[in-house]
Amino acid sequence: MKLRQSALRGLFILLAGCLLQGNAMAKETIKVGVLHSLSGTMAISETTLKDTMLMLIDEQNKKGGLLGKMLEPVVVDPASNWPLFAEKARELIEKQKVAAVFGCWTSVSRKSVLPVFEELNSLLFYPVQYEGEESSKNVFYTGAAPNQQAIPAVDYLMKSLGVKKWVLAGTDYVYPRTTNKILEAYLKANGVSAKDIMISYTPFGHSDWQSIVSDIKKFGSAGQKTAVVSTINGDANIPFYKELGNQGVTADAIPVVAFSVGEEELSGIDTQPLVGHLAAWNYFMSVDTEINDTFIESWHKFIKNQKRVTNDPMEAHFIGFNMWVKAVEKAGTTNAADVQDAIIGIAVPNLSGGYATMMPNHHITKPVLIGEIQDDGQFEVVWRTQGLVLGDEWSDFLPGSKDLISDWRGPMACGNYNTKTGKCSGQK
Amino acid sequence: MFKRPAALKNWFFYIFVVTIVWGCGYLHPGFAATSGSNVFDDGIACLLDDSFAQKAAAVEKLADSGDERAEEILQALLAGDLFYIKATQQLVVSRAEGNGYALRSALTGDALGVQKKRALKKVGINNTIRGQLESALARLRLSHPNPDIRLAAINQMLGTITPNSAALLRGLRDSEPDRDVRVALQTALSLIVLRSGPTTDKAQKQAALEHLAGNLNPAVRNELTLLAGNEADTQIRLAAKAILDGIDARLAFFNFLETLFFGLSLGSVLVLAAIGLAITFGVIGVINMAHGELIMLGAYTAYVLQQLLPDAIGAALMLSIPAAFLVSGLTGLVIERTIIRFLYGRPLETLLATFGLSLILQQAVRSIFSPLNRSVATPAWMSGAIPINAALSLTTNRVVILFFTLLVFAGLCLLLKKSALGLQVRAVSQNRAMARAMGVRAARVDALTFGLGSGIAGIAGVALSQLTNVGPNLGQAYIVDSFMVVVFGGVGNLWGTLLGGLSLGVINKFLEPWAGAVLAKILILVVIILFIQKRPQGLFPQKGRATG
Repeated sequence: MKLRQSALRGLFILLAGCLLQGNAMAKETIKVGVLHSLSGTMAISETTLKDTMLMLIDEQNKKGGLLGKMLEPVVVDPASNWPLFAEKARELIEKQKVAAVFGCWTSVSRKSVLPVFEELNSLLFYPVQYEGEESSKNVFYTGAAPNQQAIPAVDYLMKSLGVKKWVLAGTDYVYPRTTNKILEAYLKANGVSAKDIMISYTPFGHSDWQSIVSDIKKFGSAGQKTAVVSTINGDANIPFYKELGNQGVTADAIPVVAFSVGEEELSGIDTQPLVGHLAAWNYFMSVDTEINDTFIESWHKFIKNQKRVTNDPMEAHFIGFNMWVKAVEKAGTTNAADVQDAIIGIAVPNLSGGYATMMPNHHITKPVLIGEIQDDGQFEVVWRTQGLVLGDEWSDFLPGSKDLISDWRGPMACGNYNTKTGKCSGQK
Repeated sequence: MFKRPAALKNWFFYIFVVTIVWGCGYLHPGFAATSGSNVFDDGIACLLDDSFAQKAAAVEKLADSGDERAEEILQALLAGDLFYIKATQQLVVSRAEGNGYALRSALTGDALGVQKKRALKKVGINNTIRGQLESALARLRLSHPNPDIRLAAINQMLGTITPNSAALLRGLRDSEPDRDVRVALQTALSLIVLRSGPTTDKAQKQAALEHLAGNLNPAVRNELTLLAGNEADTQIRLAAKAILDGIDARLAFFNFLETLFFGLSLGSVLVLAAIGLAITFGVIGVINMAHGELIMLGAYTAYVLQQLLPDAIGAALMLSIPAAFLVSGLTGLVIERTIIRFLYGRPLETLLATFGLSLILQQAVRSIFSPLNRSVATPAWMSGAIPINAALSLTTNRVVILFFTLLVFAGLCLLLKKSALGLQVRAVSQNRAMARAMGVRAARVDALTFGLGSGIAGIAGVALSQLTNVGPNLGQAYIVDSFMVVVFGGVGNLWGTLLGGLSLGVINKFLEPWAGAVLAKILILVVIILFIQKRPQGLFPQKGRATG
């Protein structure tokens, strides 16, 4: 028995030795971490982003890599388990020594890895729209802040469609709660009275929408134009829209504008009852530009499926990755501190025919597009902002954060500088 | 800094204005003409414009043209079937056929063969135009031969009706043969009287008010609310108030009925999900954490059958009921034979093993079907709603599922009461040792019972595929609720499960408007915990020596 154990151990050491040898002999690479759930509840959204990263890295390698070295993706699976996100992040940085990490989807997963990135001073590119109220030295937010998605959407409904009554419907967790708080303050600042705002929260994966849809219908039948602003999360949306259709609530009577429903969520679903409902994003697959066509073409080629769609978080990774590449080239090193300095001010093309710039608050500039759902699962753009909108990390509409700004350039280098008191409260 | 400079914005505006002025005049120079057919041609020309404002104007022109082709074109536009051929700018109605689109000229109706999608451009519309189309079509349909369509058209118009259409509606009312349509027209005319301002005769207004008494249409209620608040004449204001109160009382009653229906429908889903568990957990005492995944397998069976029979989704759904029973039932049998039978009498180990199994099944489905949700189509006879009156309509899919649940329940009761297997199952569950002594092969009965419970779970999955997402996580959403229902109803008692499920659904739906969806769920849990403290055996405790 003893003998067999030690023999086994010897074999392992031998094998490990061979592996290390092989590694040392291979050409030196730059490792890029990909931290997206490939199993569990979030796999539905995050698997696509993992594939997007693999495609982007593959394309960069075909162009000759970075700083003369090849890029090597390191994919881990945090399995939709928030504490596991932190463990996997630590593994990527400490053990794998990755130069940067692209990943996370839910806010809670980002909050879970945040202390790890700050402690080990590494870089995270976060590609999903979120509730704001955060700015970290180590995180680059390439998705939309509330003022790059929610507020322009409400503006569109208010000004172009003349909406007077509002239903704020959301899943019960941090992103909808914070976004709705911001929207409520914004609506009230625009003269909407409290009785014209109906707020409703539902549990994750809610599937019985009968009462809520019936309430919305009654709320909206009082003669004034009504709209639903939906922060309902992924899975619960389909039964929600189905119930709307069954109860005869159509988009021209009560439009629903959603912030979490994109091409991916609609793919493979009969969108006939959804036609005309709205979504606000910074990118739609249907955007008619040369660079977008190229992106879609290479995506289809990479994934070997002509039917796969592209969506907004994919564009965010496209922008984030290209920014990181440019910043590394500019800094001449992948060292986190140097890249942090170099990346501010870097501008790369986005897919909707403009440029995205990384700003000192680690958020980027984006156009805001409003699209109507079509019967083929795509969106038709009905409105877009004239110019680009800069992500506002600390909302101007919340009492706790309206005086805060973030600027990661020296000498200030602060994530929550209070312009009233002139103090930086903590985040350094 | 990140907004475009103002000068540039002005440029855009300038270009925009020029487009509006010249946009379709350029395409079709005859825009000064006013005769009917020219208005129609103008409208057609404007439809091809890219700007939504131009299209909106085009819709108005087409609706006013009086041309008999207008209705079909507007209908195609609303349905998203109106395209134009890029090369010739010819307007066509198209229908997907194979890989391309079968075309028909929108103006002459001639068939134009099949073209690829690339050659066509869709005439896109937005919500404003969609609303405009609905009301334009309603106007065109007022003299439609089908009385139901006429009725729908009038109800569609009620909210926006103006005194200008009084003469037209009066004429229609006098020649209307159908009673319901005549009443609706009278309602529209009454609304016009009330909206016509202070010049109208008071007696006329009172007569109009009287006609509206008890009317549940939201447009009527809004008008009365305005009248009860703003009308100068006290008598009329009070009359409006009284009628409004009457309407509100009726609405409250129908709201109560609606909530009751919602509750029963939620309850029926709970019962359907739990009833399989009531058999496995209740009768043979196995805590099966993979029960949700057996439901999920049933839902995926419905999906697979619909993929196999893409032309008959209704039939595929019916077929998937027995198929799902077999798939989930056989899976259950295999689980029982390979895992659970070694763990009888060890509830903790069973719980852990079946929980692990549920994860394995989920990930297996994720690997085979992808983590993305699959769409199970709803057949036409199950979508939409059954209108009872203007305030109450029951959604068809929920009604179907409610009856389906009762059917499954009745079938299961019959099986347990009347068949030999049922007798054995009851015998084993009441006193295993005695049943074995009487020659019942308890192990075989256990396996079959587990298979039966699993099969019922599969059937539940087919029903759930019509309500919620079919994805790897489908089962997780229902496992806790199922246990809740079984424990609440009383372990081992089917009637308890039925009553428990239905009452939980109804309580939930009555709490929801008052407490919100999240809190309602929590309250339900609290109620159940308190209830179990008081009555640990649930609503209907099982009788028998074994339970003592």
